Amino acid sequence: MSSESLRLFKKSVDGAYRSFSAKYGDAIEAVFDPVLYFLVWFEKLLHNSPWPLVILALLGLVYLGSRSIYLTIGSLFAFLFIGYFGMWDDTMSTVSIIGVCTALTIGFGIPVGILMSGSDRARAMITPILDIMQTMPSFVYLIPVVMLLGIGKIPGLLAVIIYAIPPVIRLTDLGIREVNKEVLEAADAFGANRMQKLFRVQLPLALPTIFAGINQTIMMALAMVVIASMIGVKGLGQPVLKAITNQYFTMGLLNGLAIVALAIIFDRVSQSYGKRMQQHRAGANE
Amino acid sequence: MSEVKIKIENLYKIFGPRAKEYTNKVKSGIDKDELLAKYNHVLGLDNINLDIKEQSIQVVMGLSGSGKSTLIRHINRLIEPTEGTVLVDGEDITKLNKADLLEFRRNKTGMVFQRFALFPHHNILDNVQFGLSIKNLDKSESKDKAMYWIEKVGLTGFENKFPNQLSGGMQQRVGLARALAIDPDILLMDEAFSALDPLIRTDMQDQLLDLQKNLKKTIIFITHDLDEALKLGDRIAILNGGKLVQDGNAEEILLNPADEYVSNFVKDVNRIKVLKIGSIMNIDGNMNESNPSVMVDESIENCLPTMLESESGLNVLDNDKNFVGVISKNNIAEILRRSKD
Repeated sequence: MSSESLRLFKKSVDGAYRSFSAKYGDAIEAVFDPVLYFLVWFEKLLHNSPWPLVILALLGLVYLGSRSIYLTIGSLFAFLFIGYFGMWDDTMSTVSIIGVCTALTIGFGIPVGILMSGSDRARAMITPILDIMQTMPSFVYLIPVVMLLGIGKIPGLLAVIIYAIPPVIRLTDLGIREVNKEVLEAADAFGANRMQKLFRVQLPLALPTIFAGINQTIMMALAMVVIASMIGVKGLGQPVLKAITNQYFTMGLLNGLAIVALAIIFDRVSQSYGKRMQQHRAGANE
Repeated sequence: MSEVKIKIENLYKIFGPRAKEYTNKVKSGIDKDELLAKYNHVLGLDNINLDIKEQSIQVVMGLSGSGKSTLIRHINRLIEPTEGTVLVDGEDITKLNKADLLEFRRNKTGMVFQRFALFPHHNILDNVQFGLSIKNLDKSESKDKAMYWIEKVGLTGFENKFPNQLSGGMQQRVGLARALAIDPDILLMDEAFSALDPLIRTDMQDQLLDLQKNLKKTIIFITHDLDEALKLGDRIAILNGGKLVQDGNAEEILLNPADEYVSNFVKDVNRIKVLKIGSIMNIDGNMNESNPSVMVDESIENCLPTMLESESGLNVLDNDKNFVGVISKNNIAEILRRSKD
């Protein structure tokens, strides 16, 4: 391709997209309004409630998920450390966006994974898309998202979801495909229809694998908070970004450690929750 | 007892993407090996015709790869036939639509699997209830039914355990209870006892025969074990390479094997133990008051002591003590000689 026609090609694609986003940007933004409202409401709730109450609620969730007193005490110290070093508000912003992201990735990812497991054609079509989502540098797909929706929470949320959703989709697909064929045949032999098979046999037996996917998804979402902060997502990513541009080592380190603490808590809680379900499956909880 | 419950007619099954096209090749006499070598399609069933009588135990026997598991899966259509019909109570189940097929499976057939295929995430009670919950039966009613069958198979007290906490024999009892809980007319048992160790297996066979006395289900029992077949089967069908080579009762199979495959199969069977007096007695003989008597449905083995003590033979009586024939040492010697060949 000559450099002249290459330039023309780029220009015309950009132009077309620009006019598309000028025309439909507002409408598309409106679609995401409910998510935005919820995100803002959730973030405000975490910010405005008294911090001891929030810590208590978070510790309650940690204990319910993990049933481990050690992890709960460890989390308490982590949250106190975060508050003592003045990172509470940023941390709550990050928790809120990760929470909403996780809910959305589960809400979209599991149905897509189910679809994929049910048809080899769907799998053949979706797998390359997932590969692109995981390997394409996130800055590249941030460009059209920002052009379309501007800077703010929603584009950040989209960027995080695009990057973090593949594991939950892949592992839902894998988990369902791994369900023992003989057990499935037994369900068939008793006249179970597709939905009964899915909800009574396939999903329950795939749950531990699906949970590994959810765990991966949360970890990847946390890894994206710094990049998301470049397009205006509030949270622990912003001070890290500031620290990078100004060479504030301590500020970077402290906020980085806060991200690590969150990651470890999320990881341990979701892992031990997943493991508990597996134990139940093995019947070893007697 | 004599009504035909399941009628399988001209049933063909070929595995592969172009199965339909090769049915004619199979009809014109191509065999399993040739079909695989030339066309890369696997011949599962080759023109099966079989009548299964109501309330009887029909054993289907053959070595692995003979098509017996394929055949049993045509009765509840877990496998679609390439050609042919399967009539259950006169209704062609190969023509059922999706919804009717589900109804058929929910109500008419119960299946027991070789490797149990229990639901590992459900406890025993929920496993036994599975078929009932699929039918959306009222919860307390389905629990009552499940508990009844759990008791029947001797697992009371285990209903809250999970399958992997039970031994193989107990797991298969759960499998049996699960199949019986929906009260099907037809019980499909796919090598149901093959994975169990010999003592447990004998136990389960006895339990099945015991249950069948009251249940009177139509049972199709797949096995590769001839002793099991002879013990359980009212009739025994023998498959080889997808073909039905013989269908008959134990006596017919032992005394008149249809071909070399069958006679090889039955070569090592202890005839004296399996054959009944009735199958070898001489019905033309006259009653001799001085001779001892034996019952017509006793095994030869059981009569041997009496036979050896007697000078000239035995009188054979039926269950109402009527004289039906005589049996001599020569009759038994004849059987022993035949089994040696």
